[in-house]
Amino acid sequence: MRISMTVNGRAVSGEVEPRTLLVEFLRNQLGLTGTHVGCDTSQCGCCVVHVDGVSAKSCTMLAVQADGCSVTTIEGLAQGGKLHPLQQAFHEHHGLQCGFCTPGMIMSAADLLQRNPDPTEHEVREWLEGNLCRCTGYHNIVKAILAAAQTMRGMAKAAE
Amino acid sequence: MAEKGIGARVPRKEDLRFITGRGRYTDDINQPGQAYAVFVRSPHAHARIKRIDKAPALALPGVLAVLDGQDVAADGLGNLICGWLVKSKDGSPMKMGKHPLLAQEKVRYVGDRVAVVVAETLAQAKDAAEALVVEYEELPAVVDLAGAHEGPLVHDEIPNNLCYDWELGDKAAVDAAFARAHHVTRTELVNNRLVPNAMEPRAAIGHYDPGQDAFTLYLTSQNPHVHRLVISAFVGIAPEHKLRVVAPDVGGGFGSKIFIYGEECVVLWASKKIGGRPVKWTAERSESFLTDAHGRDHVSRAELALDKDGNFLALRVNTKANLGGYMSTFSSCIPTYLYATLLAGQYKTPAIYCDVQAYYTNTAPVDAYRGAGRPEASFLLETLIDQAAMEMRMDPAEIRRKNFIPKTAFPYQTPVALVYDTGDYEACLDEALRLVDYAGFPARRAQSEKNGKLRGIGISCYIEACGIAPSAVVGSLGAGVGLWESAKVRFTHTGKVQVLTGTHTHGQGHETTFSQLVAEKLGVPYEDVEVIHGDTEKTPVGMGTYGSRSLAVGGEALVRACDKIIAKGKKIAAHLLEASEADIEFRDGKFTVAGTDKSKTIGEIVFAAYVPHNYPAGLEPGMEESAFFDPPNFTFPSGTYVCEVEVDPQTGEVDVVKFVAVDDFGNVINPMIVEGQVHGGLVQGIGQALLEGVRYDAGGQLLTGSYMDYCMPRADDVPSFEVHTVRGTACTSNSMGVKGCGEAGAIGAPAAVINAITNAIGVRVEMPATPERVWRAIQSRPMAKAAE
Ligand code: FES
Ligand code: FES
Repeated sequence: MRISMTVNGRAVSGEVEPRTLLVEFLRNQLGLTGTHVGCDTSQCGCCVVHVDGVSAKSCTMLAVQADGCSVTTIEGLAQGGKLHPLQQAFHEHHGLQCGFCTPGMIMSAADLLQRNPDPTEHEVREWLEGNLCRCTGYHNIVKAILAAAQTMRGMAKAAE
Repeated sequence: MAEKGIGARVPRKEDLRFITGRGRYTDDINQPGQAYAVFVRSPHAHARIKRIDKAPALALPGVLAVLDGQDVAADGLGNLICGWLVKSKDGSPMKMGKHPLLAQEKVRYVGDRVAVVVAETLAQAKDAAEALVVEYEELPAVVDLAGAHEGPLVHDEIPNNLCYDWELGDKAAVDAAFARAHHVTRTELVNNRLVPNAMEPRAAIGHYDPGQDAFTLYLTSQNPHVHRLVISAFVGIAPEHKLRVVAPDVGGGFGSKIFIYGEECVVLWASKKIGGRPVKWTAERSESFLTDAHGRDHVSRAELALDKDGNFLALRVNTKANLGGYMSTFSSCIPTYLYATLLAGQYKTPAIYCDVQAYYTNTAPVDAYRGAGRPEASFLLETLIDQAAMEMRMDPAEIRRKNFIPKTAFPYQTPVALVYDTGDYEACLDEALRLVDYAGFPARRAQSEKNGKLRGIGISCYIEACGIAPSAVVGSLGAGVGLWESAKVRFTHTGKVQVLTGTHTHGQGHETTFSQLVAEKLGVPYEDVEVIHGDTEKTPVGMGTYGSRSLAVGGEALVRACDKIIAKGKKIAAHLLEASEADIEFRDGKFTVAGTDKSKTIGEIVFAAYVPHNYPAGLEPGMEESAFFDPPNFTFPSGTYVCEVEVDPQTGEVDVVKFVAVDDFGNVINPMIVEGQVHGGLVQGIGQALLEGVRYDAGGQLLTGSYMDYCMPRADDVPSFEVHTVRGTACTSNSMGVKGCGEAGAIGAPAAVINAITNAIGVRVEMPATPERVWRAIQSRPMAKAAE
């Protein structure tokens, strides 16, 4: 089947089988290997991307379901050569170790912050329920997300 | 201190590629002409293979090869090995069951490799794997330690499934001490079996190049040189000089990626079998659960003898350890030399005896998982001490303090083989009690009680032996390899530095830490240092990363390579500055003639070494030095962890409300990275205490085979932590004074959590302390019974 979508702002199309998962299309056909696969039961969140602006587990979606959609992956998050505040905060607050969960964590957190620009620590931890990290103990991930939220609120204010 | 030198909280160099999705993990790599491998695995815990019919699989489109145990045997490939020979009490060597790359005759656990299918696409390989016909004759299985001694034989030639019956310590002295004890505290406990669960599943790409008659293996490894060694010397797929092993970015290991498994070997061999096309395999998470080496799985009896004042007189421990169906690469040393040697803990217990029986069962192999043996020792000792304190009506902090090895007693020879070089256990205890506000606990407990909650506080004072390891020592104990480490420092013409290390970073941040070290030592900008690791073709031979060894052993090799650079630089500087070599001093990147302002920067010296137009006669040009370092001893990080929990008596739910960790890691290069290591270890330890546990059913089927059944700690299961690294006691086994920090959290946390729960509800609950277990324990309390 032929599908077309916008990925990180670029129009792409490709030939897929009906059973091809979105994550397989992104990784294998588009070479966007920043989106990872950490499980086979939709539990780990290593594969989170945005589909039409909303976070989604790309291992749990067929590529054909994203036909005509706009998809953002971790590779498309930095704009104009500038890191997204979440990327910057993960770096500054040591929110990653092996880096395998990181793309999913950041994409998931980005969706949280667009829904709730000023989350509490508790809200951040609850939101991350669908993202596993085995390295960091979550401590610095939570810290990074709270810091990024603050930066983004500051940016939003400055833009007003 | 250089701005980004030793002691600075430098954000990590390696982050940029990961936060932008440009990491390069094994599964991210694709090679032209690549084929895909899928393994056919045993659905039975124990069975004889009666017949394999490859024809239906071979007939399917895209299938390139179907290989089984007979093909492995026909090609004369060797078995996987356990590299540490443990001897039983009677001097006999451990009994190592054969561990073939693909099962021959029998399968010994659910998930055991029976055959591999290689096809043009992954989907075709999967379809063909389903079509392969394997007929089994099911055999009765032995699944847990309770049934192991009398159970059906996992390896027909190994009686009672007993791999070894090992001992350590002075039994007679222990018996004598028990005979005169005022009080004896006794317990039985289980150290629950865990799945390491690095978030990146194992993966490999094997490639045989017929033109070069050479092999390349990309894989998820913590120690690529050890993979190369075993695959070459024991499995025999390729001679060592014709095998390149590359471990690119690796998504966590925690021990599970140390080992030489069958799958990675098979894809390498399969590439040759299909004429030299690359063959790729990536584990699905279900395969990881079934086949990554599990951790822990001990059942122990422990007794502590005390005098009337609460001084420890002796400790007696018997442990049964589950090895699974086969011996994994380092499995034998985990429940012995990495376990029983730690039973002294932080205490001056004069007599200790431990014996360990290791059994085969029809379960996945068990080997090192973060902490490896040391968490088991620490958990046993620290929960036993709390029980003793309770029985003798002593404060848990005070009974520990009373028995600590005093800081004036170092170096200290324990009764279980180790010599601790330095430590100050009281300093960590005091700091932890202060930070947690120990004195204020009764008020917090009363407050919780008002809210209908039971509050408890638990202390755990851990020690670990890491910086693995002095080769002669481990050799005398049965290790088949040396455990030194290597480093090379290479300057370029323009004064930039490449550091090549034999260690491997898979989350630990070596690229940053080692750059800080070199920046400090050589006075070059941190940004000018590039750390290269993980490729046997580029780096010097190294033993890899585990056992919190990379900085304490690998970092010291790096320091020594830098020292050689400085020594050579002095010769060149003396020549250029027309001074005697003895008068040259090196500081902050400058070679200076002592007492003058005549100097040359290290950049000028390096340039002179590569453009030796005006150069000392007889000195080799170039600026590249290597060093190997074999540590004189282990390192001994220690600390005190204090956990506070609130238990809901209605549901049995445990909430970790406070966790304070105070560690003595000696000197610290990058405190930010060190704290991160502790955070991660703590959550693995809390996971073990509250959530995680492998369950097999009576027939040997894995019940906890996915993230839906195996409870991983999630962000909302754990609190934020207070992690403090005290101004430590410098380690004496390396010039930096560092001890290693990778495993501490996982070692110290379980006992702190369990002791806190016991303190809250009055009964000790086995790990994982699930709400159900806690609730039942609450119901079983004498008080609850009385109320009925
Ligand atoms: S890969 Fe685990 S949730 Fe998608
Ligand atoms: S950083 Fe390794 S899994 Fe999160």
